[in-house]
Amino acid sequence: MDSPPASRLPSILDAHADDILSEWIARLRSGGADDRISEVERERQASGFLQRMIEAIRASGVADIEGPAFEPLREMLSDISRSRAMQGFSPTESALFVFSLKQPLFHRLGLAWGKDAEGLARDVWAVTLLIDALGLRMMEAWQKTREEVIIRQQQEIAELSTPVVKLWQGILALPLIGTLDSSRTQVVMENLLESIVQHEADIAIIDITGVPTVDTLVAQHLLKTVAAARLMGADCIISGIRPQIAQTMVHLGVELNVISKANLSDAFALALRRIGRAVVRTKSPVPVMGTAHGE
Amino acid sequence: MATPRSTLQIRTSEDIVRVRQEVRARAIEAGLGLVDQTKIVTAASELARNTLEYGRGGEARLEMLQDHGRRGLRIVFEDRGPGIPDIDQALRDGFTTGKGMGLGLGGARRLCNEFNIVSAPGEGTRITIARWK
Repeated sequence: MDSPPASRLPSILDAHADDILSEWIARLRSGGADDRISEVERERQASGFLQRMIEAIRASGVADIEGPAFEPLREMLSDISRSRAMQGFSPTESALFVFSLKQPLFHRLGLAWGKDAEGLARDVWAVTLLIDALGLRMMEAWQKTREEVIIRQQQEIAELSTPVVKLWQGILALPLIGTLDSSRTQVVMENLLESIVQHEADIAIIDITGVPTVDTLVAQHLLKTVAAARLMGADCIISGIRPQIAQTMVHLGVELNVISKANLSDAFALALRRIGRAVVRTKSPVPVMGTAHGE
Repeated sequence: MATPRSTLQIRTSEDIVRVRQEVRARAIEAGLGLVDQTKIVTAASELARNTLEYGRGGEARLEMLQDHGRRGLRIVFEDRGPGIPDIDQALRDGFTTGKGMGLGLGGARRLCNEFNIVSAPGEGTRITIARWK
């Protein structure tokens, strides 16, 4: 191993840790107060970070940030980054926390090396590599936190958007919302078939008002769902086909051999007729409690 | 004649959703009515899926059109997949080499004002569609 002759960084860190910290905090503060994070919190993070960095460098030098000595620092970095991502900081703002440590360190190195340009250059380069690596790690952790948030939201959306609603004894409705050509369709279909068994439904209304695009794949999924429901003994009605979708489907050449209605309310009326029920008007409209007018 | 372009990669099924959203946004920008918007979005959805499933991925290039005051939108789908050996057959309704309905390609042609397909076995496929206001 060709290790460079004595870096002065460890001795500088030992002798001037407090000065470096206060300069760093001053730099962090110069960005102005931020209501997303308190000054106390930021200073606590800075001092904890610097302390762990000094310990790691004392133990293993500046080169090996993947090594065990840097473990506590890496963990702290991930924690800080995660909390920044949650607090709504941008990746740049998060990384600046680390990068702004460069100037105080460079300043101290300059004082320590004086006119020895070669030694100074070597130490500046070592510190640059270290801080850059830590900064990038901060960005990665930030990114990872955001991805976790997105994945969680996707799962929530997938669960939220496939409800099967019982409209009446024997009548189910499945209001579809959003894109249908992913793995969601499978979830939708299973939910519907299970609900048909569970509610002993005769009729299932699939409402596609909330589906923005109906292409051949979506049509195929719908037809498969209808066919499967039919095998379970339930008839399907498709509702919510908007005029532009109807025209497009005709041009596409898709034939939906299914009973369809323009809107959910018409489909419901048809479903009620099918099971031998009707909605009738009582003689006089009954005022609803709490509303000003009668109907 | 042709103004802003944008290129979208088609690598996953999420990319198809993004193509649809971008096409819809551009169609609105070009002043297309609701029916025409829906038509070109649906055509783009079919072709983007073909690019992914049969062309092993590729890209979609969107281009706003302007011609003597008429505005429109052109989209080019390009892949370097296996190509289409018999284009007439591929355009026939009900023909598919996959699991779909076999309506996508022919349907996309019926949904657009311009439709052009260039393909040769082993050399990939380029399909150009346009819809004018």
